Amino acid sequence: MKITYPHMGNLYIVVRALLTTLGLDVVLPPPTSRRTVELGVRYSPEFACFPFKLNLGNYLEARELGADTILMAGGVGPCRFGYYAEVQRQILSDLGSEMDMVVLEPPDVSYKELKEKIRHLVGDISWWKVIKAIRLAWYKARAIDAVEEKLLYLRPRVYEPYLLERYYHRALHEIDALSHRRAVQGAVRDFIKKVGSMPQRSGEFLRVGLVGEIFTILEPTANYDLEKRLGLLGVEVTRSIWLSIWINEHLFGGLLRVSNECRDDHHLAPPYLNSFVGGHGKETVGCTVGFAQRNYDGVIQVAPFTCMPEIVAHSVLPAVSKDYGIPVLTFYLDEQSGEAGIQTRLEAFVDLIAAHSHDQKGGMLSGSVFGN
Amino acid sequence: MKIGIPRALLYYYYYPLWREFFTQLGLEVVLSPTTNKGILDAGIKNTLSEVCLPVKVFYGHVSALADKVDYLFVPRINRVEPKAYICPKFMGLPDMLKARLQQMPPFIDTAVDAGMDGNPVQCWVDCFQEVGSKFTHNHQLVNSSIAAAFRTQQEFQRRLTGGMLIPDALENDCVPEVAATSQQNYTLRIGLLGHPYNLYDAYISMNLIHKLQSMGSFVVTPESLSVDEIEDEARKLPKRLFWTLGKRMIGSALNFYASKELDGLIYLTSFGCGPESLVEELVARWAKQQGNLPYLMITIDEHTGEAGMVTRLEAFTEMIKRRQKHENHLSSHGEPLHSG
Repeated sequence: MKITYPHMGNLYIVVRALLTTLGLDVVLPPPTSRRTVELGVRYSPEFACFPFKLNLGNYLEARELGADTILMAGGVGPCRFGYYAEVQRQILSDLGSEMDMVVLEPPDVSYKELKEKIRHLVGDISWWKVIKAIRLAWYKARAIDAVEEKLLYLRPRVYEPYLLERYYHRALHEIDALSHRRAVQGAVRDFIKKVGSMPQRSGEFLRVGLVGEIFTILEPTANYDLEKRLGLLGVEVTRSIWLSIWINEHLFGGLLRVSNECRDDHHLAPPYLNSFVGGHGKETVGCTVGFAQRNYDGVIQVAPFTCMPEIVAHSVLPAVSKDYGIPVLTFYLDEQSGEAGIQTRLEAFVDLIAAHSHDQKGGMLSGSVFGN
Repeated sequence: MKIGIPRALLYYYYYPLWREFFTQLGLEVVLSPTTNKGILDAGIKNTLSEVCLPVKVFYGHVSALADKVDYLFVPRINRVEPKAYICPKFMGLPDMLKARLQQMPPFIDTAVDAGMDGNPVQCWVDCFQEVGSKFTHNHQLVNSSIAAAFRTQQEFQRRLTGGMLIPDALENDCVPEVAATSQQNYTLRIGLLGHPYNLYDAYISMNLIHKLQSMGSFVVTPESLSVDEIEDEARKLPKRLFWTLGKRMIGSALNFYASKELDGLIYLTSFGCGPESLVEELVARWAKQQGNLPYLMITIDEHTGEAGMVTRLEAFTEMIKRRQKHENHLSSHGEPLHSG
């Protein structure tokens, strides 16, 4: 069995750690590229959301490399994600590219079924080994998030942003390759030490909160490198969703205590949004309020085109924006999005929040590219 | 006291229930006019462009009622059956309206939620109990209103299974059973799938049903099937579909396929409809497996032109007729007609 799974940012490192520790033969799809997008779009329903299309592209490219089994998550919420696998299976079968699809439904649907599927995958391995694999994967998720948090902080500050990117990718590579907790944590420490000593600008920087749908936040191909673009424009970005936080909340049931700036923000969604609406709609609204209360200069929402929960969130955001006086910009992303358009809108937005913050807080922020 | 009900979205399934409840409670029910250009324009003006057409239309109907009523009934619809949602937009609708429309009468936005183990009746009873307590302290009146409302709704369901289309069945006064008889002279049997608020809103569907009938087609909609028939087929899916309307569409399609009585199938969907993007894909792919059942998907939004739709319908029905006439002379999909 050669197993593969779709990309979502750096999730591949975490899942690879899990599966290889369990003794499975992993065939990773090539990094999501224009070709992936093209393949996915060609065979997907026109109005399926962007992640669906990228997933399908990933499967087809992994199949070319010899993968025969797909590991995929399910769900039973209002969001479309829960039914992805069913439609993708039909499309692959119609293409004559049939692959075995193992869909992990959340434990609250059927705990027994989940257990059986894991058994089907890993065979006769002891549960102790399974737990060990989960632990290593978890530490890698934490390591990636620590590295990225530092990256987001330093991007607007360092004089050599491209060197920083190189260090970042090297660190990811190390985390992926290492197979012991201590070594992984050591790689993170090395990274933080190395980038910490890079020459930096001082002063106050524009701060933007990034909210929206998880896939478009975590997958740089889907958001057209939004975080990097903002960093290069002199903006410090704070994500509302982190891989490890998400894993803890959704897969471990919030068992572990991991702190995060936006952890309790979903309570702030009412009175703007008073109901769960599937996906991350409520979190989007709550975190926007949270960022506004923490005095951020602006909020950017990203979502796949036609994403239902985010459209609901987007619909109520003007009220938040008005009440708190915080600028909010929304990007709907899919294969039709153009880089130049995104860059122009980002530049205009950064320009606007710089001017806005100048009026509100007095004095141009010294560190921003516009204050230089 | 007047309570406004927008003639949009779930109005097409639940209006008799809602109307009877409020009337019995002693309120005057005001229904917005049928969709027209003014309503659609008002809806478009007040919503995001990304929102789907039926929600835009809903905004328009709410605006049309704003200065005519004391309250607006816009329940938050989470689940009308256990373990199945409709769409995130239905769940956030009252909040979306509040954020975008100013100077509105108070909303009655009580949640309807069958939860994980509720049932399709109890969720409305719970909702009405709460709504009723806002208007009266008389529990007995609330309970009798609820009972009357369900009797009216059952009558409505009976009319539907008797072969009436939703717009006829919604008419208050007793219409003779016209639906079945009005569709006599037909040459084709066309299945028509789509959410009721698209199919039966004559303005946004551009009178699709009537157009098909005038082209000599007998139109079969999901409403001609009983809930059990739909559920039975939908249960055959490898994974239970957890969207109420999507399940209805797919269950109906499977019924249509099993009965083998159709000459063609049309799926009407609105641009950007999330659940439909996946459900429609499966229905279309399975249509191909049904001996290439002729299949047409029509996507509508506020820019849809009537001429374009007519042309497509004419082409579709003509194609089917020719296929029937020259069964053996026409190529099926993907194969050349002449070998040499």
